[in-house]
Amino acid sequence: MSQSLSSIARFSASDLFKGKGQPGGRVAPFVAILLAVTVLASAANLLLPESSPFYVSTYTITLLGKYLSYAMLALAVDVIWGYCGILSLGHGAFFALGGYAMGMYLMRQIGDRGVYGHPELPDFMVFLDWSELPWYWLGMDQFWFAMLMVLAVPGLLAYIFGWLAFRSRVTGVYLSIMTQALTYALLLAFFRNEMGFGGNNGLTDFKDILGFDLQSDTTRVALFAITALMLALTFITSHWIMQSRLGKVVVAIRDGEARARFLGYRTDNFKVWLFVYSAMIAAIAGALYVPQVGIINPGEFSPINSIEIVIWVAVGGRGTLIGAIVGALLVNYAKTRFTAIMPDGWLFALGALFVLVTLFLPKGLVGVYDQLKAHFAQPQSKSDESSTPHQESAKEASV
Amino acid sequence: MSALENLTAEGKELLRRDQVWPFLMPKQQAVDVSHQVILYVEGLNLSFDGFKALNDLNLYINDGELRCLIGANGAGKTTLMDVITGKTQCDSGTVYFGQNHNLLERSEPEIAELGIGRKFQKPTVFEAHTVFDNLELSLKTNKGVMPTLLARLTPTQLDRIDQVLEIIGLKEQRFMLAGALSHGQKQWLEIGMLLVSEPRLLLIDEPVAGMTAQETERTAELLTSLAGEHTVIVVEHDMEFVRSIARTVTVLHQGSVLAEGTMDQVQNNKDVIEVYLGEEA
Repeated sequence: MSQSLSSIARFSASDLFKGKGQPGGRVAPFVAILLAVTVLASAANLLLPESSPFYVSTYTITLLGKYLSYAMLALAVDVIWGYCGILSLGHGAFFALGGYAMGMYLMRQIGDRGVYGHPELPDFMVFLDWSELPWYWLGMDQFWFAMLMVLAVPGLLAYIFGWLAFRSRVTGVYLSIMTQALTYALLLAFFRNEMGFGGNNGLTDFKDILGFDLQSDTTRVALFAITALMLALTFITSHWIMQSRLGKVVVAIRDGEARARFLGYRTDNFKVWLFVYSAMIAAIAGALYVPQVGIINPGEFSPINSIEIVIWVAVGGRGTLIGAIVGALLVNYAKTRFTAIMPDGWLFALGALFVLVTLFLPKGLVGVYDQLKAHFAQPQSKSDESSTPHQESAKEASV
Repeated sequence: MSALENLTAEGKELLRRDQVWPFLMPKQQAVDVSHQVILYVEGLNLSFDGFKALNDLNLYINDGELRCLIGANGAGKTTLMDVITGKTQCDSGTVYFGQNHNLLERSEPEIAELGIGRKFQKPTVFEAHTVFDNLELSLKTNKGVMPTLLARLTPTQLDRIDQVLEIIGLKEQRFMLAGALSHGQKQWLEIGMLLVSEPRLLLIDEPVAGMTAQETERTAELLTSLAGEHTVIVVEHDMEFVRSIARTVTVLHQGSVLAEGTMDQVQNNKDVIEVYLGEEA
């Protein structure tokens, strides 16, 4: 009895640092690597001369920042798909909404430096002959308010959507189709000039953020570093949530929703909560993405984007937070390289990748890694297990 | 004039200081079993596309009783459990838990919270979780989202889980994944999940399907020991098993009660021999 108590106490206290053998459990090493790379890349950009072989160009820094915000987006999808079994094919919508909120703030920062030189109205509004700001643009010149909107708008949308869908017990492929429809509807809406979000062209020509020039190296490095920090933060938070009893309930809902309901869990509340949490992570990712790439347009809502995210997660290994991040980084790196060599071939390559992963790596790259590790470290891990009969070793076989 | 008087009287009634307005009454109340009956099922009707799954079904279960439901396939046993636990809506009739809880207007989680636990026909445990986690999730706790997020196991709860692990004989397998258990062990784990939640009423659907003779015997012992403190309703096809545990048996046939009594009474009942036992003989 006391033995089991202590083993559980030990597990919860040290899981952040140990978590070995459990997929997605390697939190501390991963965060350490992420932050070390961030610091090194930033220093290499800011401190080294351009002629140095170790110099990291600002282009690379921005690219890395972009990848990291994609990784965060993948994390968001993994939380809802990998752990709760809700295949959302519309997370691009939350990402884009977060991006638009950030974009609106950046637009307002342009002030009278626009092409038309209007002190308040963004260029596209002047072009449309609008005489004053629409009500929903008010307040967006305040950074804190814009950041609040980054979380509030996608969060509210996710809440309403989730509440309606989960309460009516829509699940499986029907829910996926609805999420696709959601993002497609938003795509069409944001294409319209009358919406007041710049229509087809979206929001662009940003000048500065919080007074810092967006083109300068230091701002770029800072944005990259903040993205890395936010990724680490959301990763740790998500890990903590998934280790808590709520995480166990979420997995229980994935594997047997009716059973969970008969145990007394109001499963729709749990699903809505997790959906909103996931949407907010996606929105933060979008808000970090926009100042780095310098544009947000309705293309971000396109259904294909949301499907791509799912592929990142599948490649990395769903149901493991680390897998989602690794998958997003690798696939996007491959995309950058591949589109440079053969621009037209990328979609085929992506499709082939998805088929191959589904057929041969159902647990993704993390699954392969764990298998290899288990294969090579078998005699050692056996003696390990006998001394501490941990939940982890059992959990390894799962997911 | 009298209308006005009525109105003022009603108003006074509404403002009585010694009473709480009905909608302000706390919903969770102890189950009222002052008449020794814990479950009232009356005039239950349910049809699926013209097929009468339940046909004017009446059933009363006493507090602390161990009741067996038997009947051929399609007699409505599982459907009855579905209605009691809130999974299926019935067409007409009433289901009361104690005298004060109308189960028909409650959702599955609310019914579970009242203390009605259910074991499914096919063992359903959370296969990706360990045996221990399965039991932890079934504990009788506050099951809201935030309390669950911040939940920590208390020593009492740990004791309770250990106790149940002992009862269901899965102490050795506590950190094994539930998916890796044998069929019989899954059945036991699911019963354990019910026990750990300390229910008033247990609905157990085919507990010994797929169990060895020895396991069946232990299940019989367990269920008999549960009765008294808990109320147990068992649905089972295995007549040997039913005979070994049953005090009162209810025979369902085509959605209504055909006979009720001790095993011997039921077995000698003419109707029963005709429609059910007769087929087997």
